[in-house]
Amino acid sequence: MPQILVEELSKTYRIAERDAGTMGAVKGLFHRRWRQVEALKAVSFGIAQGELVGLIGPNGAGKSTTIKILSGILEPTSGRCEVDGLVPWRQRVKHVARIGVVFGQRTQLWWDLPVIEGFDLLRDIYRVPQDRYVQARDELVALLRLDRVLNQPVRQLSLGQRMRCEIAAALLHEPPLVFLDEPTIGLDAPSKLAVREFIGRINRDRGVTVILTTHDMHDIEALAERVIVIGGGAILADGTFETLRAGVLAERRLFVDFTGEAPALDLPDVTVVNRDGRQLELAFDPRRIAAPALIARIAAAHSVDDIHVEEPLIEEVIARFYDLHGASEG
Amino acid sequence: MSQALALCPYLAVFAGRLQLTLQYRAAALAGFATQLWFGVIRVLIFAAFYAGGAAHAPMSLTNAITYTWLGQAFLAFLPWSADPEITEMVRNGAVAYERLRPVDTYAWWYARALAWSVARVLPRAALMVAFAGVAMPLVGLGRWGLAPPSSFAAAGLFAASLVGVVALSAAITQLINVILVATMSDRGANALAGSVVNLFSGMVVPLAFFPDALRPWLRAQPFAGLVDIPFSIYFGALAGWSAIGGIALQFAWAMGLIVLGRWWLGAVMRRLQVQGG
Repeated sequence: MPQILVEELSKTYRIAERDAGTMGAVKGLFHRRWRQVEALKAVSFGIAQGELVGLIGPNGAGKSTTIKILSGILEPTSGRCEVDGLVPWRQRVKHVARIGVVFGQRTQLWWDLPVIEGFDLLRDIYRVPQDRYVQARDELVALLRLDRVLNQPVRQLSLGQRMRCEIAAALLHEPPLVFLDEPTIGLDAPSKLAVREFIGRINRDRGVTVILTTHDMHDIEALAERVIVIGGGAILADGTFETLRAGVLAERRLFVDFTGEAPALDLPDVTVVNRDGRQLELAFDPRRIAAPALIARIAAAHSVDDIHVEEPLIEEVIARFYDLHGASEG
Repeated sequence: MSQALALCPYLAVFAGRLQLTLQYRAAALAGFATQLWFGVIRVLIFAAFYAGGAAHAPMSLTNAITYTWLGQAFLAFLPWSADPEITEMVRNGAVAYERLRPVDTYAWWYARALAWSVARVLPRAALMVAFAGVAMPLVGLGRWGLAPPSSFAAAGLFAASLVGVVALSAAITQLINVILVATMSDRGANALAGSVVNLFSGMVVPLAFFPDALRPWLRAQPFAGLVDIPFSIYFGALAGWSAIGGIALQFAWAMGLIVLGRWWLGAVMRRLQVQGG
C-alpha cells in the first residue's frame, strides 16, 4: 500500500462571473452567473514512502489544487485520497501533524519575531518534546547554515536566508512527508544549490518522501527520479525525466565552427537553425543520423575548427511537451 | 497525551501575541492621549448636560463621569475590527498555513484575539486609572475623576465581570474574523462591527439613557456585556444578584457566540478557496 493514494480525484470550483462595465456590475447585483472550473479531472496516482517526486505543469494546471488537497487545506469535489491511511481534509489535525509544507510564495514565519522564537513557537504548536526539538533544530541549523540569522527578525532576512529558514521551520517536527511548493522561486544560484542539496539529502539520508512542485526544471533534473506532469487538470505523463525527454524531443543540436566563412550546407535530415559568421547551429534527429556519422561527413567536406553537440534545454523539452498536449496556459 | 501538553499551542500563541503587542509602547501612549482627550470632552458634555437641569437623569453625574473614564480606560476591549494579523493573512494567502497547523483553528484564533485585546488594554488602562483615579484626585480634581468602586463587593464583581468582557470581546472578534474569511475582505465586517458595537455596548451613550421601553432589550443583547454591565457593577447600579445575573449573561453570550463562531468558521473553511500560488 503506497504512502499516498489518489484515486479519481476531482475538484470543481465555482467562480462568479459578470459582464464588464458598470451595467455588468449592476446586473451582477441581481443575478449572479456561475462558471464551473474543473481544476482536477479524475486524477489517480500512488506515491511510495521515500520517493522524491516532481510535480510539474504550466500555471493553472492543477498542481496547487493537488497539493492543497493532499495537505488537507482543500476538500475535493469527488474521489478518494489517503495519506498514511488518513483522509487529509477529514482527519485534518492528525494529518497535518505528520507533514511539512513550504509554500515558496508565502511565509509561515512570524514577520516581527527573531527566527529562533518562531521556531520555539512551532515546537509548541507541534508539541515536540524539548530534547527532540533541540536535536532536530540544531541539525537543521547546521545543514542549512542558519546559525548567523537565528537571532534576526524574519523581516530583515534576504530571500535566500528566509527560504532556508522556511524549510527548516517545515521540518522541525520531523515529518515523514514534505510538500515543497516552488521552494527555489526567486533565489540566487548559490541559494538554489544549497536548497537543492538539502532536499536531496533529507530524501536520501532520512527517507523523507518529498513532493516538489517547481517551474525551475533544473530542480527537477537535479532531484526528481520521478516526474508527474499535470496539465488541464489531468495527468499527462508519469515517469522518469529521461523517458519524458525521449518521448517528446529527441532532437539534438550540433554547433560547428568553420575555419572560414560558414558554407551553405545541404545534408539530408539536418536543418540549419542559426548562422552566425563562422558558426552554424544544426538540428538533427539521432534516430535518423548518428552524431559521429554527421560529424564525419561535415569534417570530410570542410575545414572545421571546433564541433560540439548539445541536448535541447530542459525548458524547451517541457514547453514542447505542454504544447503537444495543448496544456499551455490559454 | 496529558491535558497540559494538549493546551500547549494555545498558551504559546497567547503568550507570544501578548509579548509582541505589549512591545508597541508608542501605540499605547498615543491611544492613551487620544482617549484622555475624548474623556475630557465627554466629561465636559456630561457636566453641561447635568448643569442644564437633569432632575430625572437615570444616573448621577459622579457615576456618569466614572462611566466615561472606565470607558476610556477599557476602550481597547471593544471588538470593532477583525484581527489585523488574520486580515493580513487573508490578504496574502498565508491563511492556508493556519489550516496546516495541528490545532483547532477556532481555539487557536480565539487565544490570539484574547492576547491581542488584553495586551492593548493593559498599558492604556493602567495609565488612565493612574491619571483619572489617582492624579486627578491628588490635585483636587477628584469630582471630575474616576471614583473608586462603590464597595469591596462591587470591586470583586467588577473584576469577575472584566473576565466576562474579555471572553465576550474575543468571541465577537472571532465572528468578525469569520466574516472576513468568508468575504475575503475586512471592510464590510469592520464597518458593520464598529457602529453596532459602539452603539449597543453603551459606549456612545450609557444604555440607561435610552428610552425605558427599549432598556430591557438593550440590557439583554450581547454587546451590553462589553461596557454597560461591567461599569454598572463598578459603581453599584447593578449589585448583589442582579450583578451576578449580569455576569452570567456575559458568560452565556460568550459561550453562545463561541459555539456559533466555531461552527461557522468550520463551514467557511470547508469551502475556502485559497487564491493563486
